[in-house]
Amino acid sequence: MSRPRPEPVQVIKQRRDAALAALVESVPYIGFLGITFERRGDELTSTMHFHNNLIGNPMLPAIHGGATAAFLEVTSVITLQWFHLWPQFESGELDVETMAAGKMPRLPKTIDFTVDYLRSGLPRDSYARATVNRSGRRYASVHVAAWQDHKDKLFAQATGHFLMPQERRSGD
Amino acid sequence: MADKTQLARQFIEAIPHSKALGMELTEIGNGRAVIVMPYDKKLIGDPDTGVIHGGAVSALMDTCCGAAVMSHPSEPSSTATIDLRIDYMRGATPGQTITTTATCHHVTRNVAFVRAVATDEETEVPVATASGAFTLEPKQ
Repeated sequence: MSRPRPEPVQVIKQRRDAALAALVESVPYIGFLGITFERRGDELTSTMHFHNNLIGNPMLPAIHGGATAAFLEVTSVITLQWFHLWPQFESGELDVETMAAGKMPRLPKTIDFTVDYLRSGLPRDSYARATVNRSGRRYASVHVAAWQDHKDKLFAQATGHFLMPQERRSGD
Repeated sequence: MADKTQLARQFIEAIPHSKALGMELTEIGNGRAVIVMPYDKKLIGDPDTGVIHGGAVSALMDTCCGAAVMSHPSEPSSTATIDLRIDYMRGATPGQTITTTATCHHVTRNVAFVRAVATDEETEVPVATASGAFTLEPKQ
């Protein structure tokens, strides 16, 4: 018995990139903050591209703690949803073109989010990666870390709890 | 006192990120601040419902807590967030302005402990609550 022939690389890339783009573009606030996502396999890294509207302290200057919190929360929710949807769009159960047309599955809801500010955010691009530490049917716990110049010198980190979108029961 | 409020209002409105989010300071003094943020489509986090993104609420909470610290009678020269926890009780009703009230509960020489509550125009149930610790640079 031989394994099925792997899909061509372009087919895989196109599907995964389209799924990620559809997910990110569905949230207006992500565009407002200027956040983009990069993918290596299923690993995601987000970038918050610096612009003057992110400044919270014009004297230093430094990025607003609220912008940092939002960046961490956006990264957490998108990463959580990405891993949640991955098996569905990989199997074809979820059609990527339908997603791109705006028919998106519901996003997880933030229950709580705790941000730890380690250094002031400098006026330059910021990067973040989130780890889903636990993802159950109802609740998920996510950790996220953000850096600017050196990956091992974090400027902020956070932990959040999320309520996963509930499938509608029959009869609802 | 009116001058002080006016000054604080200008101070908040000089913060580019707060201005971009449309925040407006309505009350300040004695370690307490009230800031409002009108609904705006660019702040939407859930495209299905039109509910504002939690990150925008976090930014509002953070700004309001910082303003409350700055208005403390010890007259700190500056402040920065050490940590901030937000609990999201419910989605803010789309179209409605969010009002946040922050209060300094205790202030030491170096740290301020602050709590905040955010509500919309709908009910008595808060949209979110926050609690955080802030640095305190003493009066120069």
